[in-house]
Amino acid sequence: MKFAVIVFPGSNCDIDMYHAIKDELKEEVEYVWHDAENLDQFDGILLPGGFSYGDYLRSGSIARFSKVMNEVVKAAEAGKPVLGVCNGFQILLESGLLPGAMLRNQGLKFICRPVELEVVNNETMFTKAYQPNERITVPVAHGEGNYFCDEKTLQQLETNGQIVFRYAGENPNGSLSDIAGITNERGNVLGMMPHPERAVDELLGSADGLKLFQSIVKHWRDSHVVTA
Amino acid sequence: MMKVKVHVTLRESVLDPQGTAVKNSLHAMNYQEVQDVRIGKYLELLIEPSDRPVEDVVKEMCEKLLANTVIENYEFEVEEAVTQ
Repeated sequence: MKFAVIVFPGSNCDIDMYHAIKDELKEEVEYVWHDAENLDQFDGILLPGGFSYGDYLRSGSIARFSKVMNEVVKAAEAGKPVLGVCNGFQILLESGLLPGAMLRNQGLKFICRPVELEVVNNETMFTKAYQPNERITVPVAHGEGNYFCDEKTLQQLETNGQIVFRYAGENPNGSLSDIAGITNERGNVLGMMPHPERAVDELLGSADGLKLFQSIVKHWRDSHVVTA
Repeated sequence: MMKVKVHVTLRESVLDPQGTAVKNSLHAMNYQEVQDVRIGKYLELLIEPSDRPVEDVVKEMCEKLLANTVIENYEFEVEEAVTQ
């Protein structure tokens, strides 16, 4: 399986993402610059964290209009897995691939520490390797992770099982309904504030994030690779 | 040339943690009369009129980029820019 790590000016978790795929997951991966015009050769798209375009105006609002985003939308429409982490999540919200918006953390502080998550839906292509309601530890690092949407949208998210991760301990940022990660209705676009790519080896304090990437690969193999 | 003044503010239904912090600070300074503080953004655009009405163009820009209507409201005024 071949992954693209999209790099915007100001991305800073792209190297972590690349490392997670190449060295821990042991799959193919390439950096793709924000002005790329074609993502056809990739099977999975990864939008890393950071501060694309300096977070000017609103987090993700400028990155959303970069050339490569047309291709990311196409990949999402084609059913390819698209994962946005932290700033990547913010870009997915701004682009409309995921519903809702991000507000400043309730406590106004930038928060950088491991948090406990509950895997609310383990039947997505991103979470099949987890147990139902499994508790995992993954770090967060953000100043704007306070997820918000209107009541109707929240109800839809709940009904369709689109809430994939919730903060299990203390909610670090005040997000609505303790939301840490959501998918689109089809289930192939996941946005999450915590960083699974920073939790792929016990040496880093947790390897709980690795199963997320393994789930993507397994899902892809099951549907694309025919074993004789 | 037209000057457009755009104000972007958080929607009423959205909690404004920055505004709340500023309100608490004003209260600590004994300005008890302050009931609420909302923080927003102010943008100034200089626009060369085209064949489309400026209002339409600015509205479109606000909807697409300048404001996120999930959490923000916007309003703007258009005036003749003073040329020097």
